[in-house]
Amino acid sequence: MSEREAIFTRILEALSVEAHAHHGDGLPMTAEHRCVMPQVGATFEDQLALFAKNASDLRATFKLVNGEQELAAELKALHDAGKWQRVATHRSPLAEKHAAALSLPTLLTDGGCEKNELERFDAAITECDALVAQTGTVVVTSRSAGGRALSCLPPHHVVIARREQLVGDLPAAFALIRQKYAANYPSMISFITGPSRTGDIERILVLGAHGPKQLSILVF
Amino acid sequence: MSAATLFNKDADRVAPDTRHRGIIQTAMGKYETVRDVRKNWFQDWEGARNLAARTKFESVNHLDKHLAEFVSKLEARGTKVHWASTAQQARDIILGILREKDAKVVVKSKAMTSEEIHLNDAMEHAGYEVVESDLGEFIVQLRKEAPYHLVFPAMHLTRGEIQETFREKLHENPSDEPEELTMVARRVMRQKYLQADVGITGANFAVAETGMISITENEGNARLTAALPKTMITLVGIEKILPRFDDLALFLPMLAVMGTGQALTCYNTMYGGPKQPGECDGPEEFHVVLLDNQRTALLADAEQRDALGCIRCGACLNVCPVFRNVGGHTYGTVYGGPIGSVITPHLRGLQQWKHLSYASSLCGACTETCPVKIDLHHHLLQNRRNASQGAHAKPVWWQKIAFKIFAPFANNAGLWSLLTKLGRFGQIFHGLVKGSVIDPAKAWTKTRELPPVAAQSFREWWDARKK
Repeated sequence: MSEREAIFTRILEALSVEAHAHHGDGLPMTAEHRCVMPQVGATFEDQLALFAKNASDLRATFKLVNGEQELAAELKALHDAGKWQRVATHRSPLAEKHAAALSLPTLLTDGGCEKNELERFDAAITECDALVAQTGTVVVTSRSAGGRALSCLPPHHVVIARREQLVGDLPAAFALIRQKYAANYPSMISFITGPSRTGDIERILVLGAHGPKQLSILVF
Repeated sequence: MSAATLFNKDADRVAPDTRHRGIIQTAMGKYETVRDVRKNWFQDWEGARNLAARTKFESVNHLDKHLAEFVSKLEARGTKVHWASTAQQARDIILGILREKDAKVVVKSKAMTSEEIHLNDAMEHAGYEVVESDLGEFIVQLRKEAPYHLVFPAMHLTRGEIQETFREKLHENPSDEPEELTMVARRVMRQKYLQADVGITGANFAVAETGMISITENEGNARLTAALPKTMITLVGIEKILPRFDDLALFLPMLAVMGTGQALTCYNTMYGGPKQPGECDGPEEFHVVLLDNQRTALLADAEQRDALGCIRCGACLNVCPVFRNVGGHTYGTVYGGPIGSVITPHLRGLQQWKHLSYASSLCGACTETCPVKIDLHHHLLQNRRNASQGAHAKPVWWQKIAFKIFAPFANNAGLWSLLTKLGRFGQIFHGLVKGSVIDPAKAWTKTRELPPVAAQSFREWWDARKK
């Protein structure tokens, strides 16, 4: 008997005795999740304000810009403040174009890249799948944001998102990912909530433990 | 020395240590404040606990079905799934993969299951360089200590001690500022990430519906572990199943609130396979090692089966008065605090670990805080009961005699009244022996004052009142 069979045999034997369901049984529906989870306003303005507040509490920077010109100006300002020498990005309508406009040595991760090389880049500019107002979260996948390492290895992660990518709550974000990819999920889906952090030394917050020290979210 | 004797010895040493007490009180004070803010942020926290308990009930009680689905979905996308009934088998499987890949440097993100099977010892013994990447785990690894807490492994250390550790082991010279210490670790670890051939992670959830593992972390170390090395191995207990992808929408914020008092942990990442066609990076091979290691024995106990729903948030440790006094290392187990006291006897033997069932005041704070409503303090009582019954139970001779003497007094009003009178009388002379070896109340008086027996018992007061 293989170990797989042995484990399944033990599971079935164990489950032959029924347990008492003290707190009800059956899987709850998403509507039930929404009744208990933190409340989110219904309008776009409410949700945008909530996202902005959450982002600021998380020490991420958030900017709502009008049009691509303003977007380019904001990105330029980040570049100046961070004294970027090199930026990494991926093939995409927005991120690639605006990274190119900075006229810096630019790396595209799409064809695969050497991890030692990517590590030397000052900033990563990526797109995303969704922004979640409820928690101030950015949802990226290995397909929407240039792979697994791009949004995690360089010290500054800049996300460019469109207004219509904002969703209200986590159930909506999961529904969106399911709808977009269900036939073939990307191998990595990450819910990013603020810049990398640790509290492992005396529970004192330090940003940039392993991942990006800075997270900037530009929405246009 | 037996585990019970060792527990008592360590508890006696740690409980009166005011320095330890200070560190834990400060850390827990901060935790409690943010946790409560976040609980109130939910519209109905109690309702959320009910839904979470229902979801885990379904997944644990139909584990066969969900586990089969999880595995078939994973395999369909090129993940290699391994099965381990015992810790030894799990170690052998992982060492086999390292050998096959001709690995030299292994980078790990935090995984309590790997502590459970003593994976680091096995890998180091076999000659691999193993680096823990979670900052807290990295610190305790450098100090050759076990993690102190499920969520905060280095919670018991001050910045000065960590500074000293870095000086001694890394030959760096940082100040004792947490920021500077963290940056030393970041720099050292970056080099290891770039060298590592294999990355090993644990998992917080295993989603059956989509065949994904989900990892919750704040630092980004697990994301790098899953992105940079060519081979990724995830070690996960078979009970970690969640039936549906959408269940994460409830469980991720609940884990964050209870674990650290955050709305959502910084990175919650789901992995469904190795690098897929059309993707630009990620491991070429993804191995998932499913670990039983006595979990099916706990599953067979229908009364305590709900303990398999544990999401390892650590909330029950944080509120436990015993944990806060004796500290995480005293338990001598991988899983400390109330949940550890409940499951360790199932995982490692009831008779050897039954003393943990008594490391509780039965106050029920653990049961009240548990986000998946595990009936923790009742399970401790059930373990006490089970330990005293059955073929291996060995009643202690002096306890038998003591109860033989106690029973007639407790069952007879006259004798009981005589006993309280004797107590009042005997107390006059207690001062003569107080604190010495022949003090009958020594277990109490060595750290506390014995309260005086009341001058009048309730029964006497009642009789006097009637007159």
